[in-house]
Amino acid sequence: MSSNKKYWKSVEELNENSSIVETLKQNEFVEEIPTDEFLGDKETLEETSTTRRDFLKYVGFSTAAASLAACEGPVKKSIPYVVQPTEIIPGVANYYATTVADGFDFASVLVKTREGRPIKIENNTMAATNGSANARVNASVLGLYDSLRVQGPKKAGDSISWSAFDTETSEKLTNIAAANKDIVLLTQTFASPSTSKLISEFKEKYGNVRHVVYDAVSESTALDAYQAKYGERGLANYDFSKAMTIVSVGADFLGDWQGGGFDSGYAKNRVPDHGKMSRHVQFESNMSLTGANADKRVPLTPTEQKLVLAKLYSLVTGNNVSVNGLSEQVEAAVKSAASQLKKARGNGVVVTGVQDVNAQTVALEINEYLTSKAFDPKTPVKTRQGNDKAVTGLIADMKAGKVGAMIMSGVNPIYTLPNASEFEEGLKKTQLSIAFSMKADETSSQVEYLAAAPHYLESWGDVELKKGHYALTQPTIRPLFDTRQFQEALLKWTGNDVSYHDYIKDAWGTNILGGSSFNQALHDGVYVGAIATEVEETTVESSDDSEESATEATPSGNAAQALVASAKNKGLELTLYTKVGMGDGQQANNPWLQEFPDPITRTSWDNYLTVSKADAAALGLTNKNVANGALNGSYAKVTVNGVSVTAPVIIQPGQAKGSVGLALGYGKTLGLKTEMQTGVNAYALYQGFNNVQNVTIEAVGGEHEFACVQLHNTLMGRGDIVKETTLEIFNTKDKKYWNAIPVVSLNHEETPVTSPEVDLWDEFDRSIGHHFNLSIDLNACTGCGACVIACHAENNVPVVGKTEVRRSRDMHWLRIDRYYSSETSFEGDNTKKDNISGLGSSLSEFGEMENASENPQVAFQPVMCQHCNHAPCETVCPVAATSHGRQGQNHMAYNRCVGTRYCANNCPYKVRRFNWFLYNGNDEFDYHMNDDLGRMVLNPDVVVRSRGVMEKCSMCIQMTQKTILDAKRDGREIKDGEFQTACSAACSSGAMTFGDINDKQSKVAKLKEDNRMYHLLEHVGTKPNVQYQTKVRNTTEA
Amino acid sequence: MEKVIHRKLGKNILSLGLIILLTFTTSLSAQEGDPAKGKALFNANCAACHQLDKKMTGPSLRKVEQRLSDDQGLDRDWIYAWIRNSAGVIKSGDAYANKIYNEFSGAAMTAFPQLSDDDLNNILAYTAEEKAAPVVTEVPTESGTSASNSGGISNELILGALAILFILLAAGLYVVNKTLRRFAVAQNIELPEATQRTPLWKVFVKNQFLMLVTAIFFLLTSAYFVFGYLMQIGVDQGYEPVQPIHYSHRIHAGDNGIDCKYCHSSARVSKTSGIPSLNVCMNCHKSIYEVAPETLAEGKKIGVDYNEEIKKLYAAAGWDDAEQKYTGDSQPVKWVRIHNLPDFVYFNHSQHVSVAGVECQTCHGPVEEMEVMYQHAPLTMGWCIECHRTTNVNVKDNAYYTKIHEELSKKYGVDNLTAAQMGGLECGKCHY
Repeated sequence: MSSNKKYWKSVEELNENSSIVETLKQNEFVEEIPTDEFLGDKETLEETSTTRRDFLKYVGFSTAAASLAACEGPVKKSIPYVVQPTEIIPGVANYYATTVADGFDFASVLVKTREGRPIKIENNTMAATNGSANARVNASVLGLYDSLRVQGPKKAGDSISWSAFDTETSEKLTNIAAANKDIVLLTQTFASPSTSKLISEFKEKYGNVRHVVYDAVSESTALDAYQAKYGERGLANYDFSKAMTIVSVGADFLGDWQGGGFDSGYAKNRVPDHGKMSRHVQFESNMSLTGANADKRVPLTPTEQKLVLAKLYSLVTGNNVSVNGLSEQVEAAVKSAASQLKKARGNGVVVTGVQDVNAQTVALEINEYLTSKAFDPKTPVKTRQGNDKAVTGLIADMKAGKVGAMIMSGVNPIYTLPNASEFEEGLKKTQLSIAFSMKADETSSQVEYLAAAPHYLESWGDVELKKGHYALTQPTIRPLFDTRQFQEALLKWTGNDVSYHDYIKDAWGTNILGGSSFNQALHDGVYVGAIATEVEETTVESSDDSEESATEATPSGNAAQALVASAKNKGLELTLYTKVGMGDGQQANNPWLQEFPDPITRTSWDNYLTVSKADAAALGLTNKNVANGALNGSYAKVTVNGVSVTAPVIIQPGQAKGSVGLALGYGKTLGLKTEMQTGVNAYALYQGFNNVQNVTIEAVGGEHEFACVQLHNTLMGRGDIVKETTLEIFNTKDKKYWNAIPVVSLNHEETPVTSPEVDLWDEFDRSIGHHFNLSIDLNACTGCGACVIACHAENNVPVVGKTEVRRSRDMHWLRIDRYYSSETSFEGDNTKKDNISGLGSSLSEFGEMENASENPQVAFQPVMCQHCNHAPCETVCPVAATSHGRQGQNHMAYNRCVGTRYCANNCPYKVRRFNWFLYNGNDEFDYHMNDDLGRMVLNPDVVVRSRGVMEKCSMCIQMTQKTILDAKRDGREIKDGEFQTACSAACSSGAMTFGDINDKQSKVAKLKEDNRMYHLLEHVGTKPNVQYQTKVRNTTEA
Repeated sequence: MEKVIHRKLGKNILSLGLIILLTFTTSLSAQEGDPAKGKALFNANCAACHQLDKKMTGPSLRKVEQRLSDDQGLDRDWIYAWIRNSAGVIKSGDAYANKIYNEFSGAAMTAFPQLSDDDLNNILAYTAEEKAAPVVTEVPTESGTSASNSGGISNELILGALAILFILLAAGLYVVNKTLRRFAVAQNIELPEATQRTPLWKVFVKNQFLMLVTAIFFLLTSAYFVFGYLMQIGVDQGYEPVQPIHYSHRIHAGDNGIDCKYCHSSARVSKTSGIPSLNVCMNCHKSIYEVAPETLAEGKKIGVDYNEEIKKLYAAAGWDDAEQKYTGDSQPVKWVRIHNLPDFVYFNHSQHVSVAGVECQTCHGPVEEMEVMYQHAPLTMGWCIECHRTTNVNVKDNAYYTKIHEELSKKYGVDNLTAAQMGGLECGKCHY
């Protein structure tokens, strides 16, 4: 029976008389295909003398010529040195100790150089002072080879010579000094004793000199609080390895709080040892790295944070401060935190990131009251010295025309100041403006003289990281360009003929070293002065008796009262923060950092407004996954006192209701490639150097395309990915309870998947020789991402760019997965999953579990190739390009790979990366691998992979092979600790341990036998050589 | 055979002693001296800094005694004193001594207190000799080459003679045949007519089996050659590029017996063997500014002027030979790289040279015989693997190997493990 049903292909057909339907009946496409666009216009086609036949001839000939030419190998030239430096042996790496001090990041590092080229930054294990190499420091080596660096001094945009620069500027300076106008040195924090000495000499010579230190991201309030209390401009030092109870109110101390560098100390007590680990409570508004690592996290708006701090003060010191307006739950949390602190006494510590002098004072007072061992006010940290008031005063003076000469170094105020236009206006009124800069950035393109500055790897320098703890910066390569550092120029201006190196050496000899060898200090990179040792000794002595005195001298509580008074809620509050990957934005042209996914949002190439789910719903802001899975978000207009920026929105689990967050350091427009011009400039909202601002937000049209690398945020109760337990259970129950090995049924008996009977493969004897294992402690891992960048640098991992990341084609060999719990805890997830029964329940409840909780628990998990002993990828490779080595590594022979990608399909961990393009030879990817300068950073021991092959983590086989070869050559056995991978060497928190498990005395062999050890997706039976240590949370409330 | 004119110091003490002994025993007239012995002494003691006819680190010494007495009025005793302790003479305030000391920018002459008067007389006798007229060397090697060549020519001669003989025979047979036929025709003898048979090729074409076999044979053969051709793409065995400076490994490594690792020192510790930097060349070539006449003549035969090549080195290193100092105007030499491994192969020289103790010649061939360096080995993966399969690991006195070798050799039941058994065939050992 025939049917009269009418079928239609689109809704449009229902609409009678639709023109589209009519057109479609005639044509395949509604619109005319723009053939002209690709065929060119008719005229030119006719004009050309090339006939079709000719064209084919040319094609034929060029193809034949190309294939003929391909048979002939190219002639390669080898050019040896004329005089080979004695310290350089081609093919052997040299290491130099130096120090990064770019005004934001300060760290003692080792620089690996090959044939005179710095290629990698590593941790200087001799440096006990704060600040190991974070992700940005690891990436800083690429900044040396930035193709957009200024290559020589410039005057008003035209190149001049340094001698002309010297004569002109000296003359002008003398004139300005004679005219009794101000000469201003506006600089980053150098924390350099020699530079300070130089500047004072400069002041002596020219008289009217003002030195203004300007930190783009200010810590001025903390400095003021410390100065008011202890009389010196610095920051109290904290050693979290001495703290068992940590309460942080808005301090992202695992990030960049007060200069950062506290993570390694923090991680030490996070690993349960003899049943004990530290307890960390975090009150904050943005979800920060620190909050993600906390045992207990309380999301609060910045105003509430002030109240909490005051309340905490009141409860701990017993000095009554009336605090109202905290919710019951928060009140309870504060009470619990306070009682834990009181119990811990000297083992407790309180830190705060609230940018308020009173808040900072309160934190200092609480720590004093507690006589916290982690709190060290006697050796202050010197790495932040900026003074907001001085900067504000300077701008006013500039506008008033009082400033005659403006000399800047390491700062970019026109980009980083909220009132940049005022600065610009003031700058125009100066008679002489000089900027020492590596880039023609926003500021240095506005000045008269742009003095090309060298990278820190080409410079001399010294730093006092904290009082008495000194570090030296030494060049590791000759200056690539015609550059001069600020200090050299100061020497010239003061008429001093010595080089800065000699100057430092001299200054150290007289003031710092006290007889020790300069060369030794230079070799070590660090030097701990006599003053510091003395102070430390006195600390130890006085700690006992000061306890009583401190308790007696109860602080007045004025600061806390003032704090409460200042805490007035005025609507939605914005907290400006710095991202682990971008910091204050001076490395914005670094493709490694741009592509580095933020540890929390897992989004790269952007900054964004983080909004809580509730607020987003109220404001009509959404996030959604589009057809290819990629993340899109709405735009929001953020307005502070009439200044507004439009930023894309990410709905952030854990963001406190009534608060939003936005990262600084993005939105640069000058001195960087178009690809790197990402995000919005949040400095425009950084008014009064306050990171908290009252904002109004409105949704604006359009959708932003994010490059987010993790599209599924929750674990769905799959406890075999991230194993978790609480300290209580860990201490009291058997391993079987909290870290059970999965079982399968064999003859109706539960058999552990690790037993050989249930294995598909025959076991290979790996007891002879080395057998490498990598252990990752989820307790110690803070998710900082230094390993990701270290892997990039060591293994020549390409950068693929935003659009490719959106297509899930990122090339990171090592990723750090971040999971949110969908209940308030992962434990809750597991219970919920276990209680699911029936189809209805599973449909709805699994659906719910896809959404992260409002205030979730967070877990970080670094995942790289697991080097499975029974690897699923190896069995499916049709050409045997991936195979297993006896030493446990899963080898990948790139030249053998034909690119079927079958292995990637079969990998349960999804760690294999396919080269879709020739990233090192395709102009579409204008990152470091595509220019001659950027290629200098490549590691010559690792091949640069070509298009069409699969690549993945090799467990740094080039490094293990090198260690073996060195031992063979010396004819000795290898000691534990000698084997390293790039990631384990970069890990300053000690979360990653690499070694040989056949060496039964090795650390990693012991970790393998640890109760906390498990393998990722153990039930799959892949027998990985990467092990994880179960995460233990200290949920003990007092 | 070839040798450079002046060797560096380094004659062993024994020969020196012997010479001294001889000098004493054959005590000739003390004042005259024996030029032959003097030459030996000169070469052993003085030649590092002095030449007879050329200013080097020190002044030229031809007829030095005569010169000194004529120009400066200095006698032989002054010379004795100077040679045995020049510093003393300078200290004493001697005018000429100080002049010459300053002229050579304060380079102090080594003291030779061990040289006796006789020795010094012999040396002076040698320096007093007239400069020998440049010998037009009828190179003795000529005979050698012709001798070896003559063998080749005689073989060819024999073969040629044989060929002519065969041609003659064939011609003779043809003539005989023709003559016989003529006789037969003349005598009316019926010659048997060749029956018209189907030509062989037609039979062949009709036989399908044969055609099939032939086709297969041809296909296989061409496949074999095509495969062979394709396999040699990128294999540059025998690659012998022209280098910017004609450097002869034969002279340096062969005739002079310089250790490979003297110049290619990084082969011991690095993955690359390293092309020596020019300062390494100049270690010797500061004093070796020309080659021996025989060597020069030999070079001329292959169209190379070795002295010109040394000049090229000087130009590159920025060495002013006349002034004996560096001008600072140097130019790196752009050598053509001969041994090229693909980027995806990791090869480490030190593993093979220092750990395994493999001779350089194993892979690089008879370098000491190469006038021009060429690629000896195919450098293919098959070639690498072949060696790894057959070469035993050098475990002697190496604590690294002690444990693993003991356990592995027990496992494989062998006394000595090959590199392959040690894991030297795993992909990841060379490809990362």
